[in-house]
Amino acid sequence: MDLTTLTIREAHEGLKNGDFTSVDLTKAYLKKIKDFDGELNAFLSVTEKLALEQAIRVDERIALSGVEGHDFSMLCGIPCAIKDAIMVEGEKCTAGSKILENYVAPYDATVIKKLKEQGAIILGKTNTDEFTMGSSTENSAFGVTKNPHDKTRVAGGSSGGSAAAVAANMACYTLGSDTGGSIRQPASLCGVVGLCPTYGAVSRYGLIAHASSLDQIGPFAKNIEDAKIVFDSIKGKDSMDATSAELNLESLNAKPYNLKAMRIGVPKEYFSEGVEPEVEKIIKSVIKKAEDAGAEIVGISLPSTEFALACYYVIDPSEISANLARFDGIKYGLSGPAENLLEVYLKSRGKGLGAEVKRRIMLGTYCLSSGYYDAYYKKAQEVRQLIREDFAKAFDLPAGGVDLLFCPVSPFPAFKIGEKINGPLSMYLADIYTIPTKLAGLPGLSLPVGKIGELPVGLQIIGNHFEENKILAIASELEKMLS
Amino acid sequence: MISKEEVEHIAKLARLELTEEEIIKMQADMSAILDYFALLQKAPKITERPAFAKGYGEARKDEILPRDAGLVEKLIKATPDKKDDYIKVKTIL
Repeated sequence: MDLTTLTIREAHEGLKNGDFTSVDLTKAYLKKIKDFDGELNAFLSVTEKLALEQAIRVDERIALSGVEGHDFSMLCGIPCAIKDAIMVEGEKCTAGSKILENYVAPYDATVIKKLKEQGAIILGKTNTDEFTMGSSTENSAFGVTKNPHDKTRVAGGSSGGSAAAVAANMACYTLGSDTGGSIRQPASLCGVVGLCPTYGAVSRYGLIAHASSLDQIGPFAKNIEDAKIVFDSIKGKDSMDATSAELNLESLNAKPYNLKAMRIGVPKEYFSEGVEPEVEKIIKSVIKKAEDAGAEIVGISLPSTEFALACYYVIDPSEISANLARFDGIKYGLSGPAENLLEVYLKSRGKGLGAEVKRRIMLGTYCLSSGYYDAYYKKAQEVRQLIREDFAKAFDLPAGGVDLLFCPVSPFPAFKIGEKINGPLSMYLADIYTIPTKLAGLPGLSLPVGKIGELPVGLQIIGNHFEENKILAIASELEKMLS
Repeated sequence: MISKEEVEHIAKLARLELTEEEIIKMQADMSAILDYFALLQKAPKITERPAFAKGYGEARKDEILPRDAGLVEKLIKATPDKKDDYIKVKTIL
């Protein structure tokens, strides 16, 4: 039996029944990584020592629970991998950047603390575009991650390593982060489940900041049930992240959701000329299946969608220009040889940061500079408000709104390595369907629903704030229908 | 098209050293992206002040909490230039 194909629940049952140990599971995954990652480059570092130590300890815990007759948590003993922008104490955390090439995380991110408390096994750190800025991992300073379905193509990004690791069974589940689409887009391109939770649902403490009004941590998994197990383990309020919120999901759990009682909105702006006909065909056929299962399908409009990409690329770089000021050659990482303090800053940042990061710092600095602030940053904040209002209206159920939105995650399947690297705007367009929800802080999920040849296509399910349970319940129903 | 001088000025504000080649590429890329931003001006105007992160943002108390002593060591270890427990920087004055 190939242990690496098991879902979280299956692996949990196996551990419980004594079919195999956590050390067996961990070794199976480490072997998979050794055999396949040389080619795929999903991992930036493999934390073999940490993983095996954790597995040995967990096996003792599991044996004890057998003797004492109590259960152990679902994630206990299950191997996972973590995007290299999330800190795991004592391990390298590069964020895909040369400036942090030798940086060792001094503490655990809150999500890691929570996973460790559950007994999770950490196999390694996964590849990302530098500082999570990109849609293909081609901006990583440590090479591109290849798509397991076609190695001439990208795995998506920025959490491409995390998506590819799950797709190639090199981890049972992974964590990623989503600022403009960095969980949903690679999940779609690699054919795995990816959930970007509501802004505030999961603490970002210990996630290397990209754009703080947008960043969110979430899971990649083999199926919806696994994604829910991981999400439930990492969510909740944390005093170390002032934007995190207590979720009152118990009351939501009390209400069973099914397609029969759902009003599903299909926003016409997400099926415009940019989407590839084959992608549109697959998404439309899933929508038809949902309708056949009893869902009410409603055509809707989100009129401010056309401004979303421009709005995002003002706000995101503006926040980047502030957040990345901390990489100054003094507090951490790479430091260039210099004569004076100004030169330390200039040379460390000039040498340590890559082209896309520099471009966004420059754009942000420009948009926030005197004389341009009103035309760019302030205007973008106003447009962000319009986008929020579009979604608020769409989800206003008493006023005839809908429960969920169905649309594509990405206008195209995985593209060729190198295809978009020279045109920043064409790369930015890869996130055109995932960016609007981020500006409104909404949760979104990518569910694999079809393939064009070998290339997976994901359906995006968007819900109202903190309605992850509704999204997951309906996604689970669709998953069963499609299997 | 933004000028080369403007690119150099912004790079200085952002504390980024750019090579001659990078400046030329940046000029082209930034110009294309800034042109695209003109689209924002077509968006309807709003009268209300936009709500920034509405409903969030309860800051914790500014208290000194005891942390593992090893943390200080790890933080200092991460700095490129140090002497004992001090972080070294270039002379400012």
